[in-house]
Amino acid sequence: MTVESSRTVWSRMRRDWLLLLLGAPGIAAVLVFSYLPLAGNVIAFKDYQPYLGVIGSPWVGLQNFQILVDGDPAFRTALINTLIISLIQVVFVFPAPILLALLLNSLLSERVKRVVQSVLYLPHFMSWVIVVALFEQMLGNSGLLNTWLQGNGFGTIHLIGDPGLFKVLITSQVIWKDTGWGTILFLAALSRIDLTLYEAAAVDGASRLRQLWHVTLPGIRSVIFLLLVLKLGDVLTVGFEQIILQQQAVGTQASDVLDTYVYTNGVINGEWGVAAAVGLVKGVVGVALVLAANKVAHLFGERGVYSS
Amino acid sequence: MSSSVISRAAGRRDHRPAVPPPARRARRGPALPVRLLKGLVLLVCCAVVVVPFLAVVSTSLADEHQIDAAGGYVLWPTHPTLAAYRAILSGGVVTHALLVSVGITVVGTALSLTCTAMLAYGLSRPGSFAHRPLLLMVLFTLLFTPGIIPNYLVVKELHLLNSYWSLILPVLVNGFNVIVMRAFFMDLPADVLDSARVDGAGEVSVLLRMVLPLSKAILAVIGLFYAVGYWNSFFTAMLYLNDTDKWPLQLVLRTYVVDSTPLSTSALNVAGDVAPPQQSLQMAILVLSLVPILLVYPFLQRHFAKGILVGAVKG
Repeated sequence: MTVESSRTVWSRMRRDWLLLLLGAPGIAAVLVFSYLPLAGNVIAFKDYQPYLGVIGSPWVGLQNFQILVDGDPAFRTALINTLIISLIQVVFVFPAPILLALLLNSLLSERVKRVVQSVLYLPHFMSWVIVVALFEQMLGNSGLLNTWLQGNGFGTIHLIGDPGLFKVLITSQVIWKDTGWGTILFLAALSRIDLTLYEAAAVDGASRLRQLWHVTLPGIRSVIFLLLVLKLGDVLTVGFEQIILQQQAVGTQASDVLDTYVYTNGVINGEWGVAAAVGLVKGVVGVALVLAANKVAHLFGERGVYSS
Repeated sequence: MSSSVISRAAGRRDHRPAVPPPARRARRGPALPVRLLKGLVLLVCCAVVVVPFLAVVSTSLADEHQIDAAGGYVLWPTHPTLAAYRAILSGGVVTHALLVSVGITVVGTALSLTCTAMLAYGLSRPGSFAHRPLLLMVLFTLLFTPGIIPNYLVVKELHLLNSYWSLILPVLVNGFNVIVMRAFFMDLPADVLDSARVDGAGEVSVLLRMVLPLSKAILAVIGLFYAVGYWNSFFTAMLYLNDTDKWPLQLVLRTYVVDSTPLSTSALNVAGDVAPPQQSLQMAILVLSLVPILLVYPFLQRHFAKGILVGAVKG
């Protein structure tokens, strides 16, 4: 039996060796740069010294995780900021593309719709450096808005560089960059809604608002759930590049999030073990949240990210 | 779509049939004030996107007098000049960074697209040897992202720090792109490919002569996505490259525009000439960094219209 099956394995390998060979470079890249870093997480349990290397550094057990329990003030600030920003973004950023998609979908002119889409998708393809630069040029203390205000005898408004407004600023940047692009999945779902449902609703005397509530929203419900589940997995990941670029002006108290904390503590300050420990816990919690959110989606009768 | 066109055309006419067909009633346009309001909202949305780009491009082209008169920014250059572009492209820091960015983008995209297409094809035949575990391996990468620290350690241990390869190899293959391309390959007419195989064509020639020519659209989209990613990458360069000489354009943009470090004449290589105003120089760097995206954008846009990506995401 084993001889038989090993012969089939061997013959299947001989049959498919070329497919395997074609896939090999890609598989190697995935192994080295997606899976090998998982193994690199062992330094969360070590006192990593760059000159000793990952393997040579001494084990320290759970010492690096102490910070999570002790409530180190810098870590606590980062965690709280992360949660606040995530909450703000679920409330303000998440619904924005839904509203825009509903608006675009209600347009009768296909041409207008296409032009607006082309314009609003564009910011998604700009790097964070460009977006931050554009915001500074427009809203900064010597930016377009303030030069205009001064030129017309008004005072200046400090929108950028004010720690109190930092979370508002980064939220508006996310909205500016990704709202248009975010509509793409909702518009696809909206275009699949059976038009006869609207006809039936209209015959039954449903107003446009009721049609929206009873036909349109149920039609995009599963997409909303899917994206919400994915978003939940990202609750601990907020705008790393975006924040790193703007952190200097407002200080860490207002702007530090878990990812920037990991970066500054690990790469800059050399607290490798602690940074890796925080990163590891963050990653595990993220995966757990996706799985949990997916479970909840199933309870609501939705498909979620994957069906079990 | 067609029913909305019909209803719109019908809505304009005065004579209506006594009993309107239900489709028309359901999709009839809303009242005029509502339509005006919608138009206004969309106009504001578009202006919020367009005005910054317009101001940046215009200021980069404006001359010193106009910038001084306007207090920093112009929305339309009255005497357009390319002086700022000439200054930054005359062989200083910015020119170098531009070449670095172009090099990384070209080499990276070529390698990424090749590896992605080969892997997607290798995984496109269900039932082939190790098909399932390999596919799952790629799928799982979508679920988690290794943290900054472990990524850094891998790059460091492979001695890729401070090498341009550190910007390419870690992002060489994107699992999502592999899945999208594989779905596209699997939708190709199997009987055509099989008949080629029966006629004695090997896998490699089936891939090169049949699969790839039939998949130009998806190759273009995925290629452009990779290219945009390489062009825009900023943090990996900041993390892995220590030499400022090796910096790509995005980091130079950060230094001179986001952090507004003044560009000295030595950084510009315009000794002797009068340097254009800082404002235009900064804006010109910003424009340089976004022009390639604006150039490829119409091609990307064409493919969104075809719904290729959404279709692939669905499946």
